[in-house]
Amino acid sequence: MKPLQGYRKPAPGTQPEYLHPAYVSSVKRAPTQPLVSLPDTLSEITGPAFPRNIVAPQAFDLTRQHKGEPLGQRIVVSGRVMDEDGRPVGDSLVEIWQANAAGRYWHKWDQHDAPLDPNFTGVGQTLTNEQGEYRFVTIRPGAYPWRNHPNAWRPQHIHFSLFGPAFATRLVTQMYFPGDPLLAFDPIFHSVADEAARNSLISNFDWATTTPEVALGFRFDIILRGRNATPMENA
Amino acid sequence: MSGRTTPSQTVGPFFSIGFAWLDRVDLTEGAKDQQAIKIRGRVLDGDGQPVPDAVLEIWQANSGGRYGHPEDAADLVATEPFWGFGRVPVNDAGEFCFSTIKPGGVAGPGETRQAPHLAVSVFMRGLLKRLVTRIYFPGEPLNDADSVLARVPVARRQTLIARTEDSQGKTLVWDVHLQGAKETVFFDC
Repeated sequence: MKPLQGYRKPAPGTQPEYLHPAYVSSVKRAPTQPLVSLPDTLSEITGPAFPRNIVAPQAFDLTRQHKGEPLGQRIVVSGRVMDEDGRPVGDSLVEIWQANAAGRYWHKWDQHDAPLDPNFTGVGQTLTNEQGEYRFVTIRPGAYPWRNHPNAWRPQHIHFSLFGPAFATRLVTQMYFPGDPLLAFDPIFHSVADEAARNSLISNFDWATTTPEVALGFRFDIILRGRNATPMENA
Repeated sequence: MSGRTTPSQTVGPFFSIGFAWLDRVDLTEGAKDQQAIKIRGRVLDGDGQPVPDAVLEIWQANSGGRYGHPEDAADLVATEPFWGFGRVPVNDAGEFCFSTIKPGGVAGPGETRQAPHLAVSVFMRGLLKRLVTRIYFPGEPLNDADSVLARVPVARRQTLIARTEDSQGKTLVWDVHLQGAKETVFFDC
């Protein structure tokens, strides 16, 4: 068979380590044995393709999934999905989930004493277009308390799940909001040692997508792993 | 424009709301003429306690060892009814179960074939990035020559090979031990 073109490893410090003791849940769940290095084989450079009709046409709009309008600040969250070389990642599934405006998730285990909103489930999906662009309409999530340490509060965030073209490019991350005072104290945000990489998780306020009388715009571009320059002889 | 890969962050405690729409525990669609196998197991944390909020994602080839992907078998992308993707949540007791078919051996280094395997991503609260592992099949002659298994210390290889639960080999058991003496081998993907 022809040589395989693998995916580049992340630069040091730009991805979190599994064990990050300040994030208490990582202590009993992070591997303790060294990871075994895995060359990119055919299994890693392939991955599931998602047919366009797998996503409902309205699934990008989290404000229109119920009878009424959800409470909270309506926002447009959009951006581009690219690889490390700036190539657009088109036709790629993007999933999001988030708390409501009061900081409560639509989940049986979320016991935070804040109201559920019958008009907001907080779940959406879309596929990027050929230019790698995606767009969601949602409401700004509230901050919420968690039990990691005394008086711990998560900064406002939206969870993002992306597949990209291969098993190797799978990524789950979180988008934060500019100027959030809680970011400085959040052990999950600070699990990324490299400051520039960490700050790439913060969206930008965006006039271009701010819709008059309707919604504020936030832009969040996402970069997936790029390809190795030369095919591997021995994958 | 170019840049560096966006950092991973944990899926958090409530990610089942975001994942559930795509749960897929029966991968046999499009391969009904082949013997279905069940793979079940548990996910256990460093105290040996079941993890009630994990999700496994599966990626596998068809029975002929081909992936429905442009970089393997482009002609299969549109025509192959077998998809190869699974998303398998655990229950409150940390148990999972899914149905699939045994994949063929996919191409490996040079002219070799890899032993049949499933590529697995593991997600849960407490993991700042996914864990990557593989499920191999018991009694498979190609295991001994598999280039990935060969990278794994001998004493730990068994953590990647499912156990047979019945004499027909229709049900396999494979557990994920996050830590401890039986810690599953995870890969730096």
